[in-house]
Amino acid sequence: MVRFEHVSKVYADGTRAVKDLNLEVQRGELICLIGPSGCGKTTTLKMVNRLHEPTSGKITVNGKDIMEMNPVELRRSIGYVIQQIGLFPHMTIAQNVELVPRLLGWDKERRRKRVDELLPLVGLDPDRYRNKYPRELSGGQQQRVGVIRALAAEPDLILMDEPFGALDPITRETLQDELKRIQRQLKVTIMFVTHDMNEALKLADRIVVMKDGEIHQIGTPEEILRHPKDEFVAQFIGRDRLMPAPEMVSVAEVMIRKPVTVYPDHGLAKAIATMKAQRVNSLLVVDEGGRLLGMVTPEELNGVGRGTVSDVMRRDIPTVLPTDRVQKAFRQMVQKHLDLLPVVDEQGLLVGLVTHTTLVDALARAVWRDDAVSSWTAGEAS
Amino acid sequence: MNEIITTLSNPRIQQQILEQAKEHLMISFSAVLLAILIAVPLGIFLTRCERLANPVMTVVGLLQTIPSIALLAFMIPLLGIGWRPALAALFLYALLPILRNTYAGIRSVDRGVLEAGRGMGMTPLQLLFLVELPMSFRVIMNGIRVSTVSIIGWATLAAFVGAGGLGDTILSGFALVSTGLILAGGIPVTLMALLADFLLGRLEKAVTPRGLAI
Repeated sequence: MVRFEHVSKVYADGTRAVKDLNLEVQRGELICLIGPSGCGKTTTLKMVNRLHEPTSGKITVNGKDIMEMNPVELRRSIGYVIQQIGLFPHMTIAQNVELVPRLLGWDKERRRKRVDELLPLVGLDPDRYRNKYPRELSGGQQQRVGVIRALAAEPDLILMDEPFGALDPITRETLQDELKRIQRQLKVTIMFVTHDMNEALKLADRIVVMKDGEIHQIGTPEEILRHPKDEFVAQFIGRDRLMPAPEMVSVAEVMIRKPVTVYPDHGLAKAIATMKAQRVNSLLVVDEGGRLLGMVTPEELNGVGRGTVSDVMRRDIPTVLPTDRVQKAFRQMVQKHLDLLPVVDEQGLLVGLVTHTTLVDALARAVWRDDAVSSWTAGEAS
Repeated sequence: MNEIITTLSNPRIQQQILEQAKEHLMISFSAVLLAILIAVPLGIFLTRCERLANPVMTVVGLLQTIPSIALLAFMIPLLGIGWRPALAALFLYALLPILRNTYAGIRSVDRGVLEAGRGMGMTPLQLLFLVELPMSFRVIMNGIRVSTVSIIGWATLAAFVGAGGLGDTILSGFALVSTGLILAGGIPVTLMALLADFLLGRLEKAVTPRGLAI
């Protein structure tokens, strides 16, 4: 769809904004260009519709060299959405939306029909909004109009330069969802510049991470998250969001760190009281040095009247090392039908506990990413 | 007081005032019209050629500082006596507010809007007529209004170079030490200036696109 071959851009002041860029944007994909300010992402985008012209190299759109096309015609065939929204304040919503069709010489009836089919696409009622002026709309509504204005002449390529950057977070999320839906529905190709990794991860089919005018890493959101090329990308993603591959997660990362314990000389009545008080259904037995001796569950306590924990506890229970992979713990629990699995280090000291809940949590984190899980937890806590 | 009333009720003087008011308006509006024809395109051109903007504005600004009587006098060796030197001097005065407002108005058009227009495939001419001029229309009209009002006032001085207008009556008033005559010329000038201000203000509002109205 769009192809960059050894494209460079040097500005008049000598700034080398883009250096020897090679990129192929597939038809129907939403590709995000991301990077810190000054990385050349916007320049790259604006070279496609010749708002900036490449100093060297070749850009083709649909196989045609853009430098051999009339820039005005080229631009009319490509949708364009910018951060400042850029609606014409002296034109009504309808006049704004039908601008490119008007420049292309569509007749009035066809333009009117197009406006009426586009407005509902972003949830705006044509009868209500057609004749309003931009300033009568909220920022979010204005950018919705900005998006459908870019779609008006049915382009198969749309360039978006941080379109949601100036909107509040909630509106931004909604517009991202709408954009993704529209893009799927209309199967348009979108080149999307952003500096917000959340946005890129959410929207992109592929992410192009740029740095100093060059492509630093390129891949699907999944690939970028799992295998960030280096510290730069990792930092850009944000440490806390960085998702180690599930096969790499260790038991220590997911285990409960302070399991409920008893000493072997505790009476059974006291052990039962501890279980009730702590709302657990098993107790780990440790000696004064913290070494794991065994475990008691209601099974062992049932029907036994007197005695101490050491009389009834199960010894030689299966354990895992904190450095073991989570899969190992998972496999053990499934195969041996365990409810829980103590984590014991090389010296035999109890350091934690793995339960079903721990594993489900770890799985959820791997599948839906960290922030999703922590937001549920936060939601439940409140 | 009596003298004023007799002067103002003299039908011959009334007739003369009417004639002079016509001359006065003619010369004022011609000067403003000429200034619009030059200053608006020049202002647009300056926004396209920023390097020239400052020097040109300075020169036009300098013209404004020359005392009107002096400027009129300068015109006589060049253009002789009559309406020509008056028109030329008034035209030069009318330039600045229109030029400045055209330049400032077009420059003040939001950059985002311009980029959107360009990115959507407007030609420079379409951008000018569909976006820049409509969006700066109010500011330009405001400059025209300021020019018109001051030119109607200054046109009084045109009488000094023999261009006629209500200045004639005022000058006669000075010569004859007649307050009546001075007022007979001065009051219509004031009324005309106020009326022009009011009407152009209304026009300004009427032609401001609804989406831009304050």
